Amino acid sequence: MVGIVIVSHSQRLAEGVVELAKMMASDAHIVAAGGLEDGTPGTSFEKISNAVEEVYSEDGVGVLMDMGSAVMTTEMVIEAMEDKKIVMLDGPVVEGGIVAALEASMGTPLDELQSKVDEARETKKLDL
Amino acid sequence: MIEILKAMAARIDKEKDFLTELDNEIADGDHGINMAKGFNAVVPKIEAMAGKDIGSLLKTTGMTLVSTVGGSAGPLYGTAFMKAGAALKDKMEIDANDLIAAVDAAIGGIQMRGKAVEGEKTMLDAICPAHKAFKAAIEAGEDVKAALGKAVEAAQAGVEYTKTIKATKGRASYIGDRSIGHQDPGATSATYMYEEFLANI
Repeated sequence: MVGIVIVSHSQRLAEGVVELAKMMASDAHIVAAGGLEDGTPGTSFEKISNAVEEVYSEDGVGVLMDMGSAVMTTEMVIEAMEDKKIVMLDGPVVEGGIVAALEASMGTPLDELQSKVDEARETKKLDL
Repeated sequence: MIEILKAMAARIDKEKDFLTELDNEIADGDHGINMAKGFNAVVPKIEAMAGKDIGSLLKTTGMTLVSTVGGSAGPLYGTAFMKAGAALKDKMEIDANDLIAAVDAAIGGIQMRGKAVEGEKTMLDAICPAHKAFKAAIEAGEDVKAALGKAVEAAQAGVEYTKTIKATKGRASYIGDRSIGHQDPGATSATYMYEEFLANI
């Protein structure tokens, strides 16, 4: 099963996304990498690396990030683990995280996750 | 080089409240605190590296910043120092051309990582003009110290320039036009590094 990592500046936000995703896909391999080591806001190279290791398998890992350093630090983690199959997913962290976890738990391969996350982005919540 | 990096760390630590205040005005208010945390972690690492080549020192500085800063400055300055270190691999001393190659590599790293160019109210608005001024002075036959003096002046002018433009990259871009009038924290911290480089060469 593809592993999913949620990277956010906020530890509680990342953990909250994991909590929501697990309501839909309790067996998903999804973990949070939010905030710094001491729990304050920011993004941690080490936390992201450890989270990727935690859910890594030969099926690979998809990572969803919020903005700025979450994206850049994830890029650097991936560069440091160049022999591993890790893909950054572009999309809304909450809806995308839920969809990615659900799809991964149903056996969707890593290279198809981005298009699923795109669907989550395009789904309208309101008729405007 | 160890002394120069330590001087940069001391300056960042001294200015951390001001940098955080600048960042608070236009973004998430973590630049000073984060940078001080990162550079303070760099100091013991490089102090333990006496006798090592300049490339290794800069690489260690970059890797430490990446793993300790926690904001965008971590991957950006981290990549810059790591690229500069790669350009100066195994060098025990450097001349003007080495310095030009190192900063070229650092700027390339920042642009690659941040997907930014000049004029977006970022650290590049201090570093790029500073580097251009340095190169022009070296080409005109000035020595490294005089050229660094020109670089510092250009970096300081770059910081002033960031007050006149709106942010289109980074967290400050969320507030758009309201970022005009404020100087960019990243350009400011980059200028401090140039100033300390000049003062400690």
